[in-house]
Amino acid sequence: MSEALHLEFEVAGNNFVSAGGASDEVKKTLKMLGVSTASIRKVAIAMYEGEINMVIHAGGGRAIVDIYRDRIVIVLQDNGPGIPDIDLALTEGYSTATDSIRDLGFGAGMGLPNMKKYTDEFKIESEVGKGTTVTMVVNFV
Amino acid sequence: MKINDLIKNLNADIINIADVDREIVGGYCGDFLSVVMGKAPESAGWFTIMNNQNVAAVATLTDVGVIILCDGVKPDPLLDKKVRDVDINCITTSLSVFDAVKKSGL
Repeated sequence: MSEALHLEFEVAGNNFVSAGGASDEVKKTLKMLGVSTASIRKVAIAMYEGEINMVIHAGGGRAIVDIYRDRIVIVLQDNGPGIPDIDLALTEGYSTATDSIRDLGFGAGMGLPNMKKYTDEFKIESEVGKGTTVTMVVNFV
Repeated sequence: MKINDLIKNLNADIINIADVDREIVGGYCGDFLSVVMGKAPESAGWFTIMNNQNVAAVATLTDVGVIILCDGVKPDPLLDKKVRDVDINCITTSLSVFDAVKKSGL
């Protein structure tokens, strides 16, 4: 597979019924392609966290996924409020989630740290008032 | 440990059993989903009192072996449906998380 398998997903904002759908689709695709369970787990965790962040904080967004023979590239784009202090947002335990979001089991401040931890390359570009783009790469093992 | 042994040890009720032969290895206790995602080992028993649909998504994506709802917590209607739809193991016990872990034998 020299060319990428390209997938795109719309992620709906504030919708916890459909949340995780894109991650689940990608997980199934990787399984079908014979990617190792260790790599699939990393991708599933990182992408689900990203999806949930867009659902909670950004009013939804778009997930653009390219699967190569040896790696996956995931780009998450939103037009949400942006992140004023990325270093702070990457701190384990830091969260801006509301109490109602915490009641759902989110908002532990582990979303972005998990995304960074489970990917081999991780980049956030964000502009307050305009939105955020996260690019993640997982190399298959 | 097989799920049937776990069910006996916890005197648990079955919400859904997808794979009766699945080996459950170790466990993890937690209700914050991102923490569980980051730390629960594959094939673990996940002890929790969180009972909404996101629990099924996290269990599926992290590939834990069984969701164990503790303290008599029942799945809310959406979780109840989702564990059947995606066909993952989910049981419920009246034991507290602490007692469930102690009695599980995991």
